[in-house]
Parts: sequence; structure tokens; C-alpha cells
Amino acid sequence: MLEATLFSRLASADLPKAEQPFNLVAIDVAGSPTEVCGGNCRWRLFVAAAEVPVGAAVAIARGHMKLGTALLILGLTLASAVMPARAATFRFAFQGDLRSLDPYSLNETFTHGLLANVYEGLIKRGRNLEIIPGLAERWEVLEPTRWRFHLRQGVKFQSGEEFTADDVLFSAERARAQGSDIKTRLPADAKVVKVDDHTVDFVLSGPNPILHYEWDTWFIISKKWAEANNSVMPQPTAGQQMSYAALHANGTGPFIITEHQAGVRTIFRPNPGWWGKPEHNFDEVVFTTIGNDATRVAALLSGEVDWIDPVPLQDIQRVNSSPAAHVMSGPELRTIFLGFDESRDELKRSDVKGKNPFKDARVRKAFYQAIDVEAIKSRVMRNLATPSALLISPLLFSRAPEFKRWPYDPEAARKLLADAGYPRGFEVEMDCPNDRYVNDEVICQAIAAMLARIGVRISANFQPKAKYFAKVTASGGYDTSFFLLGWTPNSLDSWNVLANLVACRDGRGAGQYNLGGYCNPQVEKLARSILVEIDAQKRDAMIAEAFKLIHEDVSHIPLHQQALVWGVSNKVKVVQRADNQIMFYWFRKE
Amino acid sequence: MLAFILHRLLQGLLVMLVVALIAFTLFRFVGDPINQMVGLETSLEERARLRQQLGLDDAVVVQFGRFVWNALHFDFGNSFQFKKPVLDLIAERFPATIELALVSALLSLALGIPMGVYAALHRRVWLSQAILALSLVGISLPTFLVGILLIFIFSVSLGLLPSFGRGEVVQVGYWTTGLVTRSGLKAIILPATTLGLFQMALIVRLVRSEMLEVLRADYIRFARARGLASRAVHFGHALKNTLLPVITVAGLQLGSIIAFAIITETVFQWPGMGLLFLKAVQSADIPVMSAYLLLVAFIFVSINLIVDLLYAAVDPRIRIDARSG
Repeated sequence: MLEATLFSRLASADLPKAEQPFNLVAIDVAGSPTEVCGGNCRWRLFVAAAEVPVGAAVAIARGHMKLGTALLILGLTLASAVMPARAATFRFAFQGDLRSLDPYSLNETFTHGLLANVYEGLIKRGRNLEIIPGLAERWEVLEPTRWRFHLRQGVKFQSGEEFTADDVLFSAERARAQGSDIKTRLPADAKVVKVDDHTVDFVLSGPNPILHYEWDTWFIISKKWAEANNSVMPQPTAGQQMSYAALHANGTGPFIITEHQAGVRTIFRPNPGWWGKPEHNFDEVVFTTIGNDATRVAALLSGEVDWIDPVPLQDIQRVNSSPAAHVMSGPELRTIFLGFDESRDELKRSDVKGKNPFKDARVRKAFYQAIDVEAIKSRVMRNLATPSALLISPLLFSRAPEFKRWPYDPEAARKLLADAGYPRGFEVEMDCPNDRYVNDEVICQAIAAMLARIGVRISANFQPKAKYFAKVTASGGYDTSFFLLGWTPNSLDSWNVLANLVACRDGRGAGQYNLGGYCNPQVEKLARSILVEIDAQKRDAMIAEAFKLIHEDVSHIPLHQQALVWGVSNKVKVVQRADNQIMFYWFRKE
Repeated sequence: MLAFILHRLLQGLLVMLVVALIAFTLFRFVGDPINQMVGLETSLEERARLRQQLGLDDAVVVQFGRFVWNALHFDFGNSFQFKKPVLDLIAERFPATIELALVSALLSLALGIPMGVYAALHRRVWLSQAILALSLVGISLPTFLVGILLIFIFSVSLGLLPSFGRGEVVQVGYWTTGLVTRSGLKAIILPATTLGLFQMALIVRLVRSEMLEVLRADYIRFARARGLASRAVHFGHALKNTLLPVITVAGLQLGSIIAFAIITETVFQWPGMGLLFLKAVQSADIPVMSAYLLLVAFIFVSINLIVDLLYAAVDPRIRIDARSG
């Protein structure tokens, strides 16, 4: 005999130790509990059934035939598939991998953001990127070249060692050791002096107002732990041996990594000994990589994950219209801009021979005014972009609102081009990545179409980032005539922009991402003063002056800051920070 | 016979060498691995030192020679992106791909053969037409589309099956298996269906046409004339003779299921070798790419070799040809 009943959920099950009969109570559709097999359940598969959650329909077939068992298994398997994540487990998916757990071996936003839940620096950055105390309780500038940091007392690393000044000294060594990818975090010639167990001095060769700006991601590593585990040196990027620190983490932060499978998933659990006060309510956090856009969105909509980044622009509507999740967007720090080859005497890829049209500021300005940045914003970026007049986000420079973009004016652009001697325009190749920034390739196509209206013919060279960067950066000999690039200053400060994008290339690091080779001695001079000026107001005035110079000169064409587009389950509350680092110790789940 | 095997082995080696060479020449066009390995602010000297350490500055011939020499010692170097030995990475990912491939092969056989037989025996019934139409869809729809459709229906709309990953896995020695846990079994359904759909369609059509062919053969007519039950004729005699070419094709297809699981693995974020390979291409991770391609070549070569040997064992004509030629 066989009979099947539909229950709304299982109430309880006495789990059997061996193959013994046990009791199972289920709630039927009307809401009253029923004993399913009168204390005489025999199939161990009932054990699995006990995990079936509230709200899931369970078809339970009862009977004494073999067929009954089969039906039962099917019903339970399907029903339990809709099991939602346990309340205190936060699951999230990102498009890329967490490549290494050694925070010194790769200088990448996502890696550092994730590790910031485990490791901590002397400073931290708050919800609005403001500098707040981290492992250092407070600090003072004793004299312009000597900074004193007072370390937090009673802090323990996750494997038990006490945090002291020795760890700071050790971390300073390690950050600047060979194989480290975060050498720029502190000046190479800065001396780190231990005053006592909880006080450290940094002695500099010259004043540096932004010494500690990037220290939220200069994570302090335990000296004893590193020495005990043969991880004194950072995992070298070209290393032959996988170092212990690349697969294990030992920080002072709110979470501990309990499982890490590179490229598959990483599991975090709260650190019970953390010195701070936890704001989250998680007992487990699971990170998975989901590279495919459609799958990532599907995982969010089906409730398998609580947070995804990024949501592709075309799926925003779909996510927002679903009952399970919504899109959370905000301005990101990265600025997308165009640049020109301004250094060669003849463009490498153009039909203009014997001269370089981009050496003429009028041509650059013509390009600028031919581009309708509002159209890019509304059509290409679906309004998820903020047009920018500067190469830095307005969130990072207080005087940014003073700057206005050159107006969109194709007429004026045509005239400028004619004045410069190109009434019929010219042809030039444009380099553009197609998998690096949000809609990068579409932006470039739109720009090519806009430039066509003033007679400039773009031959497109749009390619994947691996190939694009190999061609246009220093390693490819800056092989580009006209390009699109994005930049986020690591220090969240304007000097970084001037030093990397605008400074004259010296082949030793200055202007390393000045792909077009723009060089303006006046800006150089200002940048040198900005680097050592302690007074914030004077410093900002000089930065504004430098930005004004390059704006007048049209050294680059800033386009916009793209937006962060997170997909967030309606069950969780998150904090979105403009640098796109995910600090899940501020998140909560209902 | 020995000469035949040696001959085949040599051919196999040659194929693998050629694959390695072609792969290696192609890698020069995937971009600069250094850019993928370090952050933006890494200095030029640092980059130059890395290039030199990794031997990327050497001539391609030198790099290739080194690669072959190391490969002969089963040393495939370290992955650029994960900084782990490539062999470890592949060993970690291998079980996922093999399980997926085997399950989808079994699925395609288990569904494909009965459907093919049915379509052959009842040619004019609407269900046969439906089966044939379905097989046409299976052959013509691209894998990623099938995958996305399945995800949309079974994960997003119905909420029945997971859309990504492998579920809980259990470690058995060097092997990880998802086939013994509930979440692992649920997780494999969609990707295995996606991957197996093409094979299934192929098998349906193959079984059907072979079966039709066999049913016309004289011995079937004699069997019928002797008054054997049609069940015995169809399944005892016709199906048996149909299955030989089917098994050959299915065996050969297993190689391509393993090798071309790339798309399915990407769609379902299945942590197998295909996903590893695709990521490696995106970040110009040359050691992983070369090892993977070599492994795939090896799988193909060995499957072909086994099939050849089986043929030789079964069919004496091939042995004789080999001896005389």
C-alpha cells in the first residue's frame, strides 16, 4: 500500500544512531503536527529530511513497498533544495578570485578589501573613507620628519601571539623586502624605531603629509608566526614554492579564515578574541567566485548568495524587479579618461605623417569638445556614471567642485581642428580594453562615433585587458596613439594622480602610467612641493593649481567616475564604501 | 602486435609534441603575464626582475625547450596567478571535471539509447517525432544558452537546484567527490544535463539510424520468420548489434566531453579544469594553459590508442594490415 501526504514542513526528528526505528513529526498543510510513521521510521534518509526548513513543501510518501522509498527520496531531495541559507551565514560572490592570502604579494583592491576583514593596519578607514585608528590608538607628528604611533594594547593575533612594536618593525621590513608588491606603502628610506613595546617612531628623510594614507591596507603581520612558518619574506610573485602565508592567514581582525581553496571558495568565521565590538551578526561568511555574469545574477535572485559584485548594467532592472534583491549603486573612486600620445614626433598609428597632431593643445581640446559625455552617461552607462572634469574623484579632493568640464560643442571642435591645420580631420588608432572597466568597449565605440562627426576617423583596436595592458604600458613601450584608461589613486590623494598619470616619465617610476608622455615642467614643480607640504590648505591650493594647468592644457580627457553596482539580497544590510572594498564586518543579516 | 602498439605510441608522442608547440607559439599572443601578476604601482625594475626570473625574456625556442624538458620530468612549473604548482592545481580540479564528464556521459547514454530505440521502433508515433525534434534542439542549441536557460528555470524561477558550484564535497584520498552528498548530487544535475545534451542528441540519432539499418538485415527477418517474440528480436538481437558503433562513438566522445567542458564549467562556476583553463587564458597564465592543453592532448591520444587496440583485438583484419604495412 502506498499513500502520499503533502506536509508544509518537518517539525522534528529523533535522529537514529544506527539502523534503528525513529520518530518523525511533520507539520501538515493545515498547520498541525502529525507523526509520520508512528515512531517506526526506518529509512535513514529521514535524517536528511530533518534539515528541510520552514515553508518548504515536503511530499512524504508512506508505504511498505520499495516504490514508496523511491518516491520519498525524490520528494525530500527536491523540497530541501530550496533550503535558504542559515540566518547567520553570509554568502557572497565576486567576479574575480581571492588569489593569495598573503596581503604583501598582490596589490589589488579586491584582495586587500577581503583581507581587511582578517588583517588590520595601524590605521583603518571608516565608512566614508575617513582615517580612523586601527592597531594604532593614536599618533602624532613630533617633528615634520618624525611620526610617533601609539599601539593598541592587549591585542592578540588569531593564533595567540600578542601584538607589539616588534610586529610593526617586522611588517615594515617585510613590506619593503624583495617580492613584496606593496613597497610603495612606506618610503624606502624611512626608519622604523621601537620606542617601547607599544610605541613606534617613523623617521623620514623629508616631510610627508600623507605618510599613513595607505596604511589601512598595510596589514600588520605577526613576527613570531611568520618566523615559525617560514614566511618571513613575502610570497614572491614568481616564487617556486607556495609559502605558508599565501595559504593561511593570521591577523588581528574581526574574522578568521577557516578554509581557503584558491579560486573556488573561502570561509570566514568570527574571531572571538577581536579587540573591537562586532557589528555583524554572522557566524559564518562564505566567499565564492562566480565569473559568469548571468550565473552570478541568477545566484543572487535564487537566494543562494546574499551579495554580488558587479551586477552587469543590463541586469539592473531585473534585479530590482525581483522580490529577493535590489541593486545598490554609488560613485566609485576610479576615474575613466582618454589620453593621447604627446611625446613621439610622429604618431605610430595614424595617417598624419611627419608630425604629431596631439602635440597641439588645440587638437586635444577639439577631441574634448567633440565628446558628449552626458550622452555616454545616459546611453552607455545607463546613468550609472558621474561625468568628471578632473582625473580624480570629487570625493577625494575638496576643491573639485570649482572645476568644470570644457563644454560639449562640436562646432567649436571643428573650428579648433581647422585652426590646427586639420580641416578634414585625420585617422588615428584607438586602444581600448574590452573587459576591464564597466562597458569600456561601448564607451570607446560611442567616442569613435562622436569623433567621426568632426572628421576624425578612429580605427578601433579594442582587446582584452591582458593584451591591452601589454601593449600600452611601459612593458609594451607605450605603444599607443590614443587610449582609454582608468585610475584609482591608492593613497586616495591627488599627489598619486599627478605622480603616476601626469608627471614626466623618467623611466624609474615617475609617470609610469603617463602613457601619452605628457610633460609640463610647471606641474612637475608643483608636484614636488605638494609632496612635502604639511599645511592642508596650502597643499590643496597647489593641487588645484596643478589641476588647472593640466585642464587648460587638455593633457587628458577625463570622462567619468563609473558607479559601483552591487546586488544585495533584501535580507541583508550592507555598507557600501566608494573604494569598493567589502567590509562585511559592518554587514548584518535578518 | 608489438610493432603496432609502438607505432601508435610514437604517433601519440608526436601529436603531443605538436600540440605543445602550437600552444606555446600561441601563448605569445595572449598578453603580458606580468601585468596580471602585480598591482598597478609596481615599479619597472621590479617588473623587469620578474620577467627575468620567470624566463620570459628568453627566445621562444629556449622557453619551449625548457618546457618540454621539465614536462618530461612531470614539472609544469607554478601557476602565475595562484603561485601554486600547476600539477597540484590540476590535481585539485581534475576530479570535478571527471565526475561531471562521467555523469553527463552516463546520463546521455541512459536517456539517449532508450529514446533512440523507441524512435526507431515506432517511427510514426508523435512521441518519436518529439524525440527527434528534441535531439535537433540538443544538437543546434549552444551549450551556454542551454545552461543559462536551465539556471533560469530550475534555480531562479523554481528554486529547486543550485545555479553554481559543486555543493559539499567529500575527500577520499586524493579524490574529492560530490556524488555522495545531497547538495553535491543536486549541484551536478544542471551542469551534467547541459554538458550531456549534445551527446544525448547524438546518441539518439545514431541509435535510431543504426537500429533502422539493423532491423532491415536478413538475420532479423529470419528471426521474425522463426517466430521469435518481437521483444526478443528487438532487444536480444537488433539492439545488441546496434550498440557496437554506439559504444565506440560514446567512448571517443568522452574525450571531447572532458576537453570541452570549459563552457559548461564557466556557466555553472564548476570548479574543474575547464574553468581553470579559461581563467588562465584571461590572465595569461602560461604554465596552466600549457599543462592543460598537454593533458587534453594526452587524454585524446590515450583514448584513441585504447580504441585502436580494442579494434585490433576484436578485428583481425587490422592486425594483418598492420603487419603487412
